[in-house]
Amino acid sequence: MAQGFTRTEMLPAMPPPVSESGTLKWLRENLFSGWLNSTLTAAATLFIAFVAWNSFPWFWHSVWNAGSLNECRQIVTASAGEGATGACWAFLRPWWGAFIFGHQYPVDERWRPVLAFGLLFAALAPVLFAGQKRNLTIILAVVAAFLVLTLYLASAPSLAFALAILGVLALLALAQVQPGKLLWFTLAFPALCFWLLWGGSIWTPIVAVAGFGVLYLVFRLASPVIGLAPAAGAGFVAAVLWWMFVDAPVADALQSAIPIQLLWIASDKFGGFLLSIVIGVTGITFSLPLGILLALGRQSDMPIVKMLCVIFIETIRGVPLITLLFVAAFVLGFFLPPQANFDLLLRVLILVTFFAAAYLAEVLRGALAALPRGQYEAADALGLDYWRAQRLVILPQALKISIPGIVSTFIGLFKDTTLVVIVALYEPLKGITHLVRQDINWKGIYWEPYIFVGAIFFIFCFSMSRYSKYLEDKLKTDHR
Amino acid sequence: MAEAAKMQVSDEVAIQITGMNKWYGQFHVLRDINMTVQRGERIVICGPSGSGKSTLIRCINRLEEHQQGQIIVDGTELTNDLKNIDKVRSEVGMVFQHFNLFPHLTILENCTLAPIWVRKVPKKEAEETAMHFLTKVKIPEQAHKYPGQLSGGQQQRVAIARSLCMKPRIMLFDEPTSALDPEMIKEVLDTMIQLAEEGMTMLCVTHEMGFAQAVANRVIFMDQGQIVEQNEPKEFFNNPKSDRTKLFLSQILGH
Ligand SMILES: Nc1ncnc2c1ncn2[C@@H]1O[C@H](COP(=O)(O)OP(=O)(O)OP(=O)(O)O)[C@@H](O)[C@H]1O
Ligand SMILES: [Mg+2]
Repeated sequence: MAQGFTRTEMLPAMPPPVSESGTLKWLRENLFSGWLNSTLTAAATLFIAFVAWNSFPWFWHSVWNAGSLNECRQIVTASAGEGATGACWAFLRPWWGAFIFGHQYPVDERWRPVLAFGLLFAALAPVLFAGQKRNLTIILAVVAAFLVLTLYLASAPSLAFALAILGVLALLALAQVQPGKLLWFTLAFPALCFWLLWGGSIWTPIVAVAGFGVLYLVFRLASPVIGLAPAAGAGFVAAVLWWMFVDAPVADALQSAIPIQLLWIASDKFGGFLLSIVIGVTGITFSLPLGILLALGRQSDMPIVKMLCVIFIETIRGVPLITLLFVAAFVLGFFLPPQANFDLLLRVLILVTFFAAAYLAEVLRGALAALPRGQYEAADALGLDYWRAQRLVILPQALKISIPGIVSTFIGLFKDTTLVVIVALYEPLKGITHLVRQDINWKGIYWEPYIFVGAIFFIFCFSMSRYSKYLEDKLKTDHR
Repeated sequence: MAEAAKMQVSDEVAIQITGMNKWYGQFHVLRDINMTVQRGERIVICGPSGSGKSTLIRCINRLEEHQQGQIIVDGTELTNDLKNIDKVRSEVGMVFQHFNLFPHLTILENCTLAPIWVRKVPKKEAEETAMHFLTKVKIPEQAHKYPGQLSGGQQQRVAIARSLCMKPRIMLFDEPTSALDPEMIKEVLDTMIQLAEEGMTMLCVTHEMGFAQAVANRVIFMDQGQIVEQNEPKEFFNNPKSDRTKLFLSQILGH
């Protein structure tokens, strides 16, 4: 029997019952929701307390100022009593330069990597925060302040000091008027960075970059006549000819006319975090475009392109990075002509880039496959050709979906740079730490250098992870 | 009003399909299709599910490739020549059942993308055109939102505006209203009727028989990959010739 019902007065809203809100509710639901859960919570709390209790005194008794490990121990004993333990960070005083630049990088030239590192952020900013005036201004201002301080500490020559600061201030001014134009600095940065790190004549990178100018010029002039693809091919050939035959004489001539140069520093002098960052940043920069091309190639309708991409990806992914590094160091030497003095670091860079690109290609392939077919069809139906459809419609969405995967790959790549110790490069974790532990003053030191290196790696990797989170939130357009 | 619009059909041929066949693997999906569409004609294609309606209109802008016969769109024959395909695609607009808007771009960017990159229209001009068509489909105020923030009916109207921004001479619609709630169907149909009145050449796969009666010059009924019957809407609905057509009409009009 159904009965009619009419509400005569509306119910007022009431606060939820106490146990159902705030911290208590969270605790009850997440930590103490049942017997098993409560036991686990108690056990975990005990464990954390145990670890903290035992390691805290060690950190608390840290010694920052001592000439050797023995002296450290004496200081700890003196201040905390017999049997107390304490961390000894004093090794950082004599060794920090080796950790950052490598023990062979000339001390007088350390301002160059420092400057390159500061400018790296100025070059990254327009990519990471495209067109956002406020963020760009903050970053450039921080870079300026960083450079003033660190270049002073590294006793940079005054001319370089002045030029660097003026340059960053000019970028800062440009950010206020035309933030989009900052990308030009990003484009010029690789050549500048190369010159700062390795040195030599300034004309070498300039004339080499001019090769790209030749490529573009030939492409622009030829494309109305012979079409896009042949023009790109012709431009490429022209650029290669430029690099093979014109490059060296022109650079030499310019150098003898207007000599500007820095001391040449060979790559085997690089070490420490300088080495990790050079490998990491180069690998990240070049593996992304290569990975995109591989992913597209693997999806391609052209069987040969597809097969080549599959073989490349599967071979590189199927082999441990250490094997590839061995190949870079030793095996490649057999195949290259003996007079080809192919820099070891360059070989490592190429293989690390390939390695990351193969992983990126697979991450992207997943995203490409996840895009609805309708997106491809709509782009086709509007008359966009293959490359425009990829660039404007497909890739922006695929890249966005795969941000977490891409950043994971980048973080992995950055941490894998420590593996180059296997080919006798002095990366910080094993290479430099090993030197510290061989030092007569610091023999027997164990945890501290590893903790130090680990902490620095953590800072870099965690920043990447935070940036990826920021980017994901910013690009979220499916407001549902 | 619909009668007046029907007068605009010209003698010029917009689409000419002769002896066209298509297979998906072993499956003969389109069989000996012959049809001519005059400029300004509005054609409604209907038929049971799986009869090949979508495949047919997707062949017209080469989203699907046909294996035999000839398709000539606006004087350009569709072959493997990419130049011809791009030319046809930029002259033919298409509206999909599931809208297929680009979710990472705003409504305005969705509408200006192809004009800027395919037609090389300056950005400012492309935006003006886009606003013109968005006003026409009655959602100019949504221009700076993203597709995910719009209702289904609004998204479909944006999809129509996006196609119109390329100033196409022919429009293809593949069940544009069948993913929509009833109250949104009307707003999309109104937009399409308006377009028909302006003399756009339209090919429309739809089961909206009211729409067919109001604007179509011709209704084509397909079954099992073949054109079974085609006629003026009045004749088609009141006096169907084939048994299959009668059965189909009784099924969709019967309840
Ligand atoms: N890519 C494909 N591969 C193989 N068979 C396909 C493919 N696409 C469609 N078909 C088949 O071709 C036939 C015609 O499909 P089509 O989508 O053209 O039908 P339709 O008339 O549009 O049907 P609906 O009203 O359900 O949309 C169907 O039997 C379908 O299963
Ligand atoms: Mg269909």
